[in-house]
Amino acid sequence: MTLGEVANRLSLSVQTAGEKLETEVTGGYASDLLSCVMAKARKGNVWVTLQCHPNIVAVAVLLELAGVIVTQGMSPDAATLQKADEEGIPLLTTAHTTFTVVGQLTQLGIQGTE
Amino acid sequence: MIISLHLATHQPDPRRVSFLGKRTNPKMVTKGQADKAAAISRAPLEVTKLQELVYELKVEQVMTRKVITVSPDDSMRHLKEVLRVNRISGAPVLHDGELVGIITIEDLIKTLELGEIDASVGKKMTTETQTVFADETAIQAVNKFAHFRFGRLPVVNRQGKLVGILTQGDIVRGLLRQLEVDYHEEEIHRYRASHIFEDIVSDQTGLILRYKVQAQDFVHCGEAASNLKRALERLGAKPAAVRRIAVASYEAETNLVLHTTKGGEIIAEVHPEKIRIVAVDNGPGIPDTEQAMQPGYSTASDWIRELGFGAGMGLNNIQACADEMHLESKVGVGTRLEIVIKL
Repeated sequence: MTLGEVANRLSLSVQTAGEKLETEVTGGYASDLLSCVMAKARKGNVWVTLQCHPNIVAVAVLLELAGVIVTQGMSPDAATLQKADEEGIPLLTTAHTTFTVVGQLTQLGIQGTE
Repeated sequence: MIISLHLATHQPDPRRVSFLGKRTNPKMVTKGQADKAAAISRAPLEVTKLQELVYELKVEQVMTRKVITVSPDDSMRHLKEVLRVNRISGAPVLHDGELVGIITIEDLIKTLELGEIDASVGKKMTTETQTVFADETAIQAVNKFAHFRFGRLPVVNRQGKLVGILTQGDIVRGLLRQLEVDYHEEEIHRYRASHIFEDIVSDQTGLILRYKVQAQDFVHCGEAASNLKRALERLGAKPAAVRRIAVASYEAETNLVLHTTKGGEIIAEVHPEKIRIVAVDNGPGIPDTEQAMQPGYSTASDWIRELGFGAGMGLNNIQACADEMHLESKVGVGTRLEIVIKL
């Protein structure tokens, strides 16, 4: 399933890099601790978090993640949005909590990375 | 022609935009895609390679230099032969070397309908000729084509002398040629980078990449690791190794940002078979390096933890990625972290 389809099915709002939604999502990972994400998330994963400072983009670039879903109505600041656009990392936002989003992703058949 | 219409209605001068995006390698996106992206995100204006080229290429680089011309005193019958033999659909009209008009196959058809095939070209030509200057950019010509809907435009120099002729086909061919040239150059760069270790002969070839890291600079945290990752990709390192290096160097960089008083440096020494990454700083130093290595041990303040840093997993992540790791630290002096990853 592509990130665009995920965004559509979960009614996520695409904040950045709208041209990069064709990426195939290889799995998912959820955490707010960046080092845990660095250790566990894999290339092409979608990362669910409520962090929204610029460093989430750095993490996503280094791991070549498909995109980042920012939960619970958090809105990434201008610096984060600009960096994400520059690096071509899709940031998607939702009012739902991380728990709900992960549940929805699982229902779509997106597996957690173990 | 679709290409000209798209290009014609374009945004501000991309030369002004390109440095904002800081893209070294503009992606090939069509106008449609770019619009879509802009509509659903706050993407900065992205300039395609084609748009960039159309502003760079000069008319004289793409025009046809060998121009077939006729004189106003020639007959339309003569013109018919000129068009037929040269397989062209129009020609500039020159009188004593001066451009006085343009005559096209359309004028010829009208003349034939009226049965005036022996009339002179001078009588049937269009005298209010639109021209383009040889030193104008292709985009200016594209705009003129879109506006006047002509099939061809005579090209003149700044003294008004005819130096060439331009069709929309010439522009498309010129753009394609330039795209190909740029593509080859990129290929050559990539080839050179990935063969550096084979091409340069020494007893031991190494490449040193040095990155300065500022303390407390959360906005740029991760850039050194990103740049190192990109460099290694260009050098043709294996993706699995690049990933381990990216994770390890990111964690080392984060430590410099979070914990040092004055920042530090990441020095990557790239060899054909391995990479040695050294992260050094001048303090404050780690009182107990063994304790620091414990998973979950963190000295980060609450607000840093709220940002998602300070999980106490950084050094463990580095260790997990590295083939060798050495950590030395002295309070009040500084810390030196050295890791080796096999390529």
